[in-house]
Amino acid sequence: MNIIVCVKQVPETANVKINKDTNTIIREGSNSIINPFDLYAVEESIRIRESVGGNVTAISMGIPQVVELLREVIAIGADNAVLLSDKAFAGADTLATSRTLAAGIRKIGNYDLIICGRQSTDGDTAQVGPSLAEKLGIPHITCVSKIEEISKDPIKCHRLLEDGYEIVEMRLPGLITVVKEINEPRLPSLFGLRKAMQAEIPVWTAKDIDIDFELCGIAGSPTYVLDTFAPEHHVENEILNGEPEQQAKIVADKLMDILYKNS
Amino acid sequence: MAKLEILSDKCVKCLQCLNVCPCNAIKEDKNVIYIDDNCTLCGVCISKCSFNAISHDNFVTSKPDIDEYRGILIFGEQRDGKIPGVVHELLGEGKRLARQLGTNVSVVLLGINTDKMIRELFAFGADIVFQIDHPLLEYFNDELYADIITQVVLQNKPEIFLIGATTYGSSLAPRIASRLNTGLTADCTCLEVDVEKRLLKQTRPAFGGNLMATIICPNRRPQMCTVRPKVMRPVEPDFDRVGQIIRPDVVISQNLKVKKIGFIKNKVQKVNLADADVIVSAGRGIQKPQNLELIREFADCLGAAVGASRALVDAGWIEYSHQIGQTGISVRPKIYIACGISGAIQHLAGMMSAKYIIAINKDPNAPIFKVANLGIVGEIERIVPALIKEMKNRKQQYITC
Repeated sequence: MNIIVCVKQVPETANVKINKDTNTIIREGSNSIINPFDLYAVEESIRIRESVGGNVTAISMGIPQVVELLREVIAIGADNAVLLSDKAFAGADTLATSRTLAAGIRKIGNYDLIICGRQSTDGDTAQVGPSLAEKLGIPHITCVSKIEEISKDPIKCHRLLEDGYEIVEMRLPGLITVVKEINEPRLPSLFGLRKAMQAEIPVWTAKDIDIDFELCGIAGSPTYVLDTFAPEHHVENEILNGEPEQQAKIVADKLMDILYKNS
Repeated sequence: MAKLEILSDKCVKCLQCLNVCPCNAIKEDKNVIYIDDNCTLCGVCISKCSFNAISHDNFVTSKPDIDEYRGILIFGEQRDGKIPGVVHELLGEGKRLARQLGTNVSVVLLGINTDKMIRELFAFGADIVFQIDHPLLEYFNDELYADIITQVVLQNKPEIFLIGATTYGSSLAPRIASRLNTGLTADCTCLEVDVEKRLLKQTRPAFGGNLMATIICPNRRPQMCTVRPKVMRPVEPDFDRVGQIIRPDVVISQNLKVKKIGFIKNKVQKVNLADADVIVSAGRGIQKPQNLELIREFADCLGAAVGASRALVDAGWIEYSHQIGQTGISVRPKIYIACGISGAIQHLAGMMSAKYIIAINKDPNAPIFKVANLGIVGEIERIVPALIKEMKNRKQQYITC
């Protein structure tokens, strides 16, 4: 089975700080990491290859430095990786990103399954997976927590819903987005690290993947950010010390107040 | 007029697309398949092509005439005949925006035996319901729902399309937006309109809630967004209210690549996190797995759902579906009670927008206290039992008086 796994570079959340004057993200000193959800996607791709054979190709769109992140994905166990990088891709929203990834994936060709993390921790939209599937004209399942049957077409997956799990069959080629529950990601192996150091990771530009400038980056993005601002947090907070019984009375007062008085 | 294109290197001439095209725009002539000017870009053929031989990037070159688009459309999500609260909330919000724009609110309702749900949609504010009732629509299906709703959108041209940010909604919306080549903003928490430009200003949290961004989609239609449950206000339902029912003429494809074959209900969680008004959540500070029973008991007496920090899930004390935070789910209850949760930024990202936060922790310097409206310093094992007792007393009083 040939699998393509989509990965994204994101800032490490703990380091995200907001400049209160300009309302922008302070990027200096923030480390970049593989989007945590994508690690589950990478792990699942490797597990599938281990169980039914095939090939795992990682793909990302980003700045040239993302090659290093893709090296990490190879160290974990992917066979190949491709980076889509071009100034024309900058400022892409989820639609332009999906088009660009779709063009890159068409160039890779010959795939059975595409796996994405459910969402990224920076953009946090969970839109690129389904949007990409649509661009490729293939079916998709989001929030997959388990693949029950992979060796046959259709594959059988569990999809995490608000109140349980749905069991869904999907014909291949198709795309799934995965949640954390699906597996426990492994760490890079020594062999993998050596392989990653030698790996040649092609960097494809807009021209290489034959995508119109009008369709990618900021030019191909229908949405614009009009404004950003820091959210207002609770200013008033009350801290209670003392005996549990007294504390409980005050909390109960508050709970009754909110739950019953207003309704 | 732009149209779709057949990629001749991929097309095997199976002619499936000819049969599904509702506009009769796909033709075969001397063993060549082509799409003619009848194409309305509805995209039904794309998902039906097993060989990915139909390209629709051409969509983008056809700029919609923005002035043709009027009205607000809402996705009438339903499961087993039940409409989730977020649809009522979207109707309330849609109504408010429609009043400002001087337009109406319609709902697209797909399913089987949907008649009984229509009255409810009118009661909560729908002016028009587009009803598509078909045995194949019994269960939610991304590709089929996307096909049909895209057809409804192209026929009726709404300027705004709102979808609840449920699991289904968040999966369906990007598929439709991608096909229509329009913008989509995820998980909005505030919507405003610029009446003069008829622009929807969509505000959402970004970077784990550290930043709010207001997004617009000036040149494409409809302006689409998903909205988190529990954010918008529904109106008081008026069951005497009536509206217009329209049964649109749409193609319902029989050839589906995804099929629901079963469902396993989560039996442990009595109230689901997304719908809960109150959430009692546990972290490492509860110290031992047995204490989860205390948390569950407390949750039960409040009619609350049980949440957990990542630490508890990783330790295997509770299932992943309970995890709140960046790699779990985001919640927005009226009251969030954090028991023994220190408040790592990744956890805060998933619960910070709760309306009232109560934190119980023995460490007075725990970061959770910075976002809590009410903080209780002390041991979980002593405070939670006292709370259970107190709440049971109050409820007794409340019921008797």
